[in-house]
Amino acid sequence: MSDPIGRVLAAPAPQARDAARRFADRAAAEHAADLAYGIVASPLGDLLLVSGHNGLVRMHYLDEPLQSVLEALASSRSPRIVASRAAVEPWERELDEYFAGRRRRFEAPVDWEQMPSFQRRVLRATAAIPYGSTSTYGGVAAQAGSPRGQRAAGNALGANPLAIIIPCHRVLRSGGAFGGYTGGVDRKHLLLAIEGVTAL
Amino acid sequence: MSDQGLPPFQQLLERYSEDVWRTLRAIVGAQAAEDCFQETFLAALRAYPRLRPDSKPRAWLLTIAHNKAIDHLRKAARERSGADEPAGDATAQPDRAIWGAVAALPPRQRAAVALRFIGDLSHREIAAAIGCSEEASRRSLHEGLATLRRQL
Repeated sequence: MSDPIGRVLAAPAPQARDAARRFADRAAAEHAADLAYGIVASPLGDLLLVSGHNGLVRMHYLDEPLQSVLEALASSRSPRIVASRAAVEPWERELDEYFAGRRRRFEAPVDWEQMPSFQRRVLRATAAIPYGSTSTYGGVAAQAGSPRGQRAAGNALGANPLAIIIPCHRVLRSGGAFGGYTGGVDRKHLLLAIEGVTAL
Repeated sequence: MSDQGLPPFQQLLERYSEDVWRTLRAIVGAQAAEDCFQETFLAALRAYPRLRPDSKPRAWLLTIAHNKAIDHLRKAARERSGADEPAGDATAQPDRAIWGAVAALPPRQRAAVALRFIGDLSHREIAAAIGCSEEASRRSLHEGLATLRRQL
């Protein structure tokens, strides 16, 4: 803009970026935002962590564009979403400790309320599988109260919103077959190797 | 709880925070801009799920920013019944004359000039933001610009 008035008024305002960051952190801490997300690096690639009022809502491998994941959350949960690394810090810390071999259980709160009841039962049974051991689809289905719900349990595990933290990588096909993994079978191998499961 | 079509709020924050900051800097000055900025985005975040997906988020945010700025000026005038705070960034030495002249404008003219030059809003959007007729907002803008050009 050649007009000097316009040029001065519209001069760059680098302070805006810090102000925006302060806003997002505060909105997340004071729960004015419904969801807050952060991206953290890990040996398995970038992880997207999303926290809500009741605990962690998502823990995804960031294989698809961030924007499409956030847009899906905006329409299925709430558009009040901000970026705040501070808001996901408790889970980030536990994941760091897990990858360093110093943590065997995740303790920071998880949003169980978001799940339909069958999935919740299956994933709770999955969360109870100890570090370094494995179960089967039939095993977690039985734990969830549906001994013949093996296939449904497989679907519930495939839709696990909280990879690693709810350890669906510890669930194998019966008869010793490895079974699939939403983040890719290589990651399932790697996680089990971190936990010292080698007889596969 | 589903709000089809609204993008994640973070997208608005990233895309428009600089425009909001500049608008506030022009109306209330760099000192007060931080508080007004925080209040603007907090009010926007609270109201966001009710925003119609086809409305323009930029004009909507700048309208909220304008309202927070005017609230601030009223409060400051009550507390310090006296000179307005200097508008803009007083550290930008070569441009001090312009900031000084902007600061000396009546608030409505200052807001109209800011929304036009920074927000690039239409006359209709400026009128909606300021809460007056389109005719009155055109007049505020032209009077404000005429004063500035006379002084510079």
